[in-house]
Amino acid sequence: MLHLDKLSKTYADGTEALRAITLDIPSGTIAAIVGGSGCGKTTLLRLVAGLDQPSSGAIRVDAEPISGPHPAVGIVFQEPRLFPWLSVADNTGFGLAGLPRGERERRVGETLARVGLGEHAGRWPRELSGGQQQRVAIARALVAQPKVALLDEPFSALDAFTRVSLHDHLLTLWRQSRPTIVLVTHDVEEAVALGDQVIIMSPRPGRVFEAIDIALGRPRDRLSDAFEAAKRRVFKSLNASLADPNAPRREDVASGAALWW
Amino acid sequence: MTVTEFASAGEADTAGRAEAKSGAPFAVRHWKALLGLALPLVLAIGWELAVAFGLASGRLMPPPSRIAATFAALAQSGELWTHVSATMGRVLAGFAIGAAAGTLIGALTGASDFARRVLDPSLQALRAVPSIAWVPLFILWLGIFEASKLALIALGVFFPIYLGVAGAIHGVDRKLVEVGRAFRLSRLELARRVLMPAVLPAWVISLRSGLGLGFMFVVAAEFMGASEGLGYLLVDGQQLGKPDQILAAIIAFALLGKLSDSILVAVTRPLLAWQDVSRGRL
Repeated sequence: MLHLDKLSKTYADGTEALRAITLDIPSGTIAAIVGGSGCGKTTLLRLVAGLDQPSSGAIRVDAEPISGPHPAVGIVFQEPRLFPWLSVADNTGFGLAGLPRGERERRVGETLARVGLGEHAGRWPRELSGGQQQRVAIARALVAQPKVALLDEPFSALDAFTRVSLHDHLLTLWRQSRPTIVLVTHDVEEAVALGDQVIIMSPRPGRVFEAIDIALGRPRDRLSDAFEAAKRRVFKSLNASLADPNAPRREDVASGAALWW
Repeated sequence: MTVTEFASAGEADTAGRAEAKSGAPFAVRHWKALLGLALPLVLAIGWELAVAFGLASGRLMPPPSRIAATFAALAQSGELWTHVSATMGRVLAGFAIGAAAGTLIGALTGASDFARRVLDPSLQALRAVPSIAWVPLFILWLGIFEASKLALIALGVFFPIYLGVAGAIHGVDRKLVEVGRAFRLSRLELARRVLMPAVLPAWVISLRSGLGLGFMFVVAAEFMGASEGLGYLLVDGQQLGKPDQILAAIIAFALLGKLSDSILVAVTRPLLAWQDVSRGRL
């Protein structure tokens, strides 16, 4: 269970990015977070990853409090962020430096094979396509078998076909070790295709607007009526979150976006 | 794409060269590179002919044949090796000291904000002083023999390497450092596994420019009083009116400088194979 308790973040310049986020994400499920720009999705992920400190509130994985980067939490960024001087295999095994060599190689080999990159283990990252690089980044995070994997819009820079195939790769890896996945996305279809629940956040300050359970089995048929209905529900909620009376005017939203990083 | 396909793509450069080797003759394959030789060759042959036909005296600017003869004579008598080894010894020792200090202090100021605030302003002020200006002081402090020469060379080598390393560490991609943090690397591990490889290309370039400056300052050092070394050969040639000897020494410098730079590049090349650049011929 990933438990967020009244998590708030106010930046040094006084911008309130997150206000009292309380969420429970059951172990082994996938939660997709969507929301208008400036709603603090990325900030939320960085707090859970321990890369930034919350102003108040607490994060726990099972019973364990998270106050910094933690072995139970892995993260995949928006860009692959591979180390250009390491081969694909060494990038994948970056977080496994503590393991004996044989064990590390075995796990890296298995994981790469599972995302269809087994043949590319010896290559440099520059020799891979954008989608392949992002697969390596996902493999790097999941090969360490974290309890919670955070994905920050990992597919946003990819074309639609690559994106769908990466969804499948992600689900393959997820089935393997069943981490809790928190996926930030701005793509409602992606959220519905992957999430057990879709969490809609409203902007300025970032709050949880609604959490919608997606009661569809896997594999999901993106063309089915049930899928369409779920998508419509999320869209509706998203619209409502942006029409919130407390929601800011558009230009404020735009300037808030700069604070994500 | 398959692995083999890929491996061969990676080796394309080498493979291409090997293929060409078996085909066309040398001159055809390298005609573009040889093009660069045309101008010096034309000038040299022209001057040689001008002197041979009495159009010019060649006293102050000896023809290539005389320079080559002087060079060969110096080499045969063993004198050239004495001077070359003296000069190379000074350059290498001074370079080693300057490069080590520049790398260490550059790493320190690049990695620690406190060290940067304390050290960098003073170092930048010292850098503004032309290094030759220290010569009198070095001679007073260290005497006129090897120590003052090495100090001058080391000082000249230090600054480009210090700047290169400090700037490179300061400029390491924050996003990659963050990946290291996410994987809970200690400061030491972060330095070893992220910072060091990331600054390697900039470090190599700073070493190369440092080595170039090392050659520049070894001449200055040998001008200020030496009994051997290529710089001594230059001064000696001027005082005795032997322009052929000066030119022979200059050619020796060109060869040595190019050779040591090539060795540096060759030694570091395997470390930089990962770079996503068109390497060309830097």
